[in-house]
Amino acid sequence: MAPLYYYVGLSVIMFVIGILGMLLRRNAIVIFMSLELMFNAANLAFIAFSRHYQSLNGQMFVFFVMAVAAAEVAVGLALMVAIFRTRRSIDVDQISSMKG
Amino acid sequence: MANYLMFFVFAVVVVGSALGMVLSRNAIYSALFLVLNFAVVALLYVQLGAPFIAMAQVTVYAGAIMVLFLFVIMLLGAEQLSEEEPLPGQRVAALLLGTGFIIAATILIVVQAGPATPLPAPEATFASPMDVGTTLFTRYTLPFEVVSAILLVAMIGAIVLTRSDRPRQSITGAERKD
Repeated sequence: MAPLYYYVGLSVIMFVIGILGMLLRRNAIVIFMSLELMFNAANLAFIAFSRHYQSLNGQMFVFFVMAVAAAEVAVGLALMVAIFRTRRSIDVDQISSMKG
Repeated sequence: MANYLMFFVFAVVVVGSALGMVLSRNAIYSALFLVLNFAVVALLYVQLGAPFIAMAQVTVYAGAIMVLFLFVIMLLGAEQLSEEEPLPGQRVAALLLGTGFIIAATILIVVQAGPATPLPAPEATFASPMDVGTTLFTRYTLPFEVVSAILLVAMIGAIVLTRSDRPRQSITGAERKD
């Protein structure tokens, strides 16, 4: 088995790619997908540590993260559909009506 | 040795598909890259001795969530967006800070790690579906119930948010004002 730190390093790289996606893209749906990528990176770290400590608690956390992520995606995509209906666009730079 | 080889192949595919997701111009390609990413991470979970989580990853993430994403992308027809940059220098700043974070994390990992000992072999019954189910319904009963409540609330929220606001004909024929 590869050492724990290989998996943690891979998780860090995935997380940073997710952050870059959130900062660089303007499409709200792609920003959402970058968020999912960051969840996934955190989950990978959880599973790796769960294996390292031979404890199931990390896997339980991943289970709950998945469930909450599913709920979050449902609400987020519903918001996006609602925004698209009123503004005909999901470019995050154009959603600025609350800017002071 | 075969384990190391598998890890590196998986890692290359994971990083490559993540980059493809962030960089591709078309949101549908992004979603498909993300499906590949989730599937390969599920393989990493299998390698790490978490078969139940791996199956949940494939069905929930790569299946349900990504189908929802693709559905919304195609529903909105929003796969292409212009790429002009309103905040100058943001791209450069993001790249520099991201690289800085990777370097800092690498230094931390190298300093903290000590000798790179391979992960220990798990017991035969570790993280079997029975094991996972027992833990879930004994030690984690309350979070499990809370999660089901969250899912219910999210479902109701999604229905309320996407409901059409147009006035509908009521039974008496008068227009409702809401």
